[in-house]
Amino acid sequence: MELSYYPGCTLKTTARNFETTALAVLELFDMQARELPEWYCCGVNFSQVQDNLMLQLAPLRTLMRAKQTGSRQLLTLCAMCYNTLRRAQQFIGEDEARRATINDFMDHEGGDFTGDEVEIIDILTLLKQIGPDKLQARITRPVSLQVAPYYGCLLLRPRTVAIDDPNNPQIMENLLSAVGCQPVAYPFRTDCCASYQIVNEPQIVHSQTKKIVTSAVQHGAELLVVLCPLCHYNLDAVQAEIARAERTFKTVPVLYFTQLLALIFGLPAALNDFGTHRIDPVPTLKAKGLL
Amino acid sequence: MKKIGVFICHCGINIAGTVDVKGIAEKLKNYPGVVFIQDYKYMCSDPGQNLIREQIRELGLEAVVVAACSPTLHEATFRRAVESVGMNPYECEIANIREQCSWVHHDKTAATAKAEIIIKSVIEKARLDEDLAPVQVPITRRALVIGGGVAGMQAALNIANSGFEVLLVEKNPSIGGRMAQLSETFPTLDCSQCILTPKMVEVAQHPRIKLLTYSELTDVSGFVGNFRVTIRQKARYVDWQKCTGCGVCMEKCPVKVASEFDSQLANRRAIYTPFPQAVPNKPVLDRPHCTYFKTGKCQICKKLCPFDAIDYDQQDVVLTEEVGAIVVATGYDLYGLEHLPEYGAGNIPDVIDGLTFERILSASGPFSGEVRRPSDGKVPQEVVFIKCVGSRDPENHYPYCSKVCCMYTTKHAMLYKHRVPDGQAYVFYMDVRADGKGYEEFYQRAAEEDKVLYLRGKVAKMYRDNGKIIVCGYDTLSGENVEIGADLVVLATAIRPAQGAVELAKLLKIQVDQHGFLTEAHPKLRPVESLTAGIFLAGCAQSPRDIPDTVAQAAGAASMVTTLFARECLYHEPITTGVNEELCSGCGICVAVCPYDARQLHREKHVVEVNEVLCEGCGACAAACPSGAAQQRNFKDAQLINMIKAILT
Repeated sequence: MELSYYPGCTLKTTARNFETTALAVLELFDMQARELPEWYCCGVNFSQVQDNLMLQLAPLRTLMRAKQTGSRQLLTLCAMCYNTLRRAQQFIGEDEARRATINDFMDHEGGDFTGDEVEIIDILTLLKQIGPDKLQARITRPVSLQVAPYYGCLLLRPRTVAIDDPNNPQIMENLLSAVGCQPVAYPFRTDCCASYQIVNEPQIVHSQTKKIVTSAVQHGAELLVVLCPLCHYNLDAVQAEIARAERTFKTVPVLYFTQLLALIFGLPAALNDFGTHRIDPVPTLKAKGLL
Repeated sequence: MKKIGVFICHCGINIAGTVDVKGIAEKLKNYPGVVFIQDYKYMCSDPGQNLIREQIRELGLEAVVVAACSPTLHEATFRRAVESVGMNPYECEIANIREQCSWVHHDKTAATAKAEIIIKSVIEKARLDEDLAPVQVPITRRALVIGGGVAGMQAALNIANSGFEVLLVEKNPSIGGRMAQLSETFPTLDCSQCILTPKMVEVAQHPRIKLLTYSELTDVSGFVGNFRVTIRQKARYVDWQKCTGCGVCMEKCPVKVASEFDSQLANRRAIYTPFPQAVPNKPVLDRPHCTYFKTGKCQICKKLCPFDAIDYDQQDVVLTEEVGAIVVATGYDLYGLEHLPEYGAGNIPDVIDGLTFERILSASGPFSGEVRRPSDGKVPQEVVFIKCVGSRDPENHYPYCSKVCCMYTTKHAMLYKHRVPDGQAYVFYMDVRADGKGYEEFYQRAAEEDKVLYLRGKVAKMYRDNGKIIVCGYDTLSGENVEIGADLVVLATAIRPAQGAVELAKLLKIQVDQHGFLTEAHPKLRPVESLTAGIFLAGCAQSPRDIPDTVAQAAGAASMVTTLFARECLYHEPITTGVNEELCSGCGICVAVCPYDARQLHREKHVVEVNEVLCEGCGACAAACPSGAAQQRNFKDAQLINMIKAILT
């Protein structure tokens, strides 16, 4: 089965590990994610401005490109891209006047665009659709591992784009259980990592990261998994900073969800560049027999 | 030709502003049959009505058409007016040129043309109207009250004390309802049971109240004054004639079941009364939990009963009763914690709802009134109360205000402080709605004297940590995030209609709103009546309300019942659909379409017969009848065809 794939900027740079492992995992289930021939930055938070249609053009242009591929589904890996594209889709989907303006403005690029031609799908939902039985059947390195799932905001909020119950999501827990890991229950899995505050007010990110990681570790986490490059940076790199400043601080390696899956499914470790992790996951992975 | 008078109302400028009233009067002066036509500023006023009366007397009018507002407003007024001078009231017709014309149009020319058409068509109807007389219906002076909470008890007592018999049906083993579970009541802090149990006893001992507990309504037929109801009395497996309520069986029964009455904080037995002051104070056997029924062994209760009252062979009893009026007082349930993932979805043992805290506070509750938390029995030092949980939250839960939470939370916090003076009570609130007598003062007392800390804002999440519940909220007044390590959290969850209330409403053919609360006939002027004649409403089944409001409404419903019973008989609108036996082929199509079961096929004559009392004049049968045998009185086919012609020509 083929589906379109929109990587987004970070997946080609700092979050390469996410892309290589995710695409390899999907191949195992005979799913070919075809990267869009042309794509742009998703527009990030700028496109969430409600009163300036110009700022919606980036995500909408991406959706038009996806429509032109003829594929019904568009996969995004990054949680921010997922959120941005879904909200842009809803933004014009719910308002005929906006849709008309956009179509007039972009008529030479496609026109006649309704916004709902393509289903934007995230990797967790895709894995859920594959089903726990098929996932389980692929386990080649059975592992006993306490994994703390970290959802953050973008896959769950606002409610209209949520991939699961925003207050009590279970999708990651169920997938982790399916591949033989023990999901760790801890209270901050849906808290915000503080996102772009890392630029202006890094101390907010510090306190969030400290709270999230400390709680996960206290509840027995040996590994933390994420689906967002920015969450990864805030939880991984900032954790390393905290660890440097505080000797007693207990760290936990942070992997993209698909990195863990790829290892459990026996895909080559070389798909990963573990050198990009600030909290080195290699000792834990070795101890658990995943490397 | 029938002599018809037409009277056109200006309704101030309501009609005359958009419709050329005088022009129409001039134009229709020579319309066939019209012997008098006049406009007047306010036709419903006394001089207006007199104008009609005078012309009937002077010209001997045989029918009257009043072109004015909607018939729902003044049809009765004008019909009374014509009746007072000897005209049959059903010869008076209303042409609605206000709601259906002047109010909904701007263009005066078009509106005038439309008003003229409306009036002409009603003249055509009046031309063929017949004199009719209301159908007389007898009344069964006996009431059914559904629900034995404070609302149902109050309604039953008031009706019974007015001299009428009452059948009080309660689905639980005891009457008392939610109020029996409460500890103390706001704003006076008198003990709920102390004020309720005398009422319960009065109900039980009242010579005119027939109490049917552990019973449910299974069928209703008939109409106002003449309902026939079927009630299923569930098997109790205890012969109450023999049982003295000594309680030996309950003491010795080996099966423990979490008590519904005590919010699962304590256990009852498989043979039980819900609480020690239950009325009737005789046990029922809970069959699904009984060891004997599950395994065929045990029978301890039977062996020990000194009066041989245990009867494992007892069956449900089905009773059929005749009543003239019904009061529905089915009460409420609380919105379940499982709907609140943000507050632990019911999985944190020390996050409880308001009724559970009532049981904790109650002197006859599982902790004898000492404030202890469910998980470990510890006395909580920090207690967080959260209001508007599930209420006033249209995005996630219910949009409405549950009305009683502001005051009961104030009471909870206050009683907690009285019992644990060194503890701290926090209340997260959106507003404090203290709109009853003495309520505001009560709230002030809690905040000032009892030092309850009110925080304006909502709680976003809570989680367990080291035996504490960490409550994360936001104080909108200080703009600060607040984190409280609480020992106990009490959620004022939304009030919603009791389980089964919607199904019951369907059985009674009365309406409910989108949340399942019973709909009143008019939100202001008929607040205790349903839209079905003879069925009245009381208590939280209609909408959330506190005890004083419930008691007042129940008394109101009872007074509606006794007002009904004070009449000799009832009169039913004669606009019914009869049968022309010569035309009727007995096909029975009209029997199938009648929503009121008013039509029946006569087996021998092989024609359809009509029960005029049941017929509501909806006209479904007349439309369905293929031979024209079913003709609705004063809406005959000939009249409708003439009306259509008048509109189209």
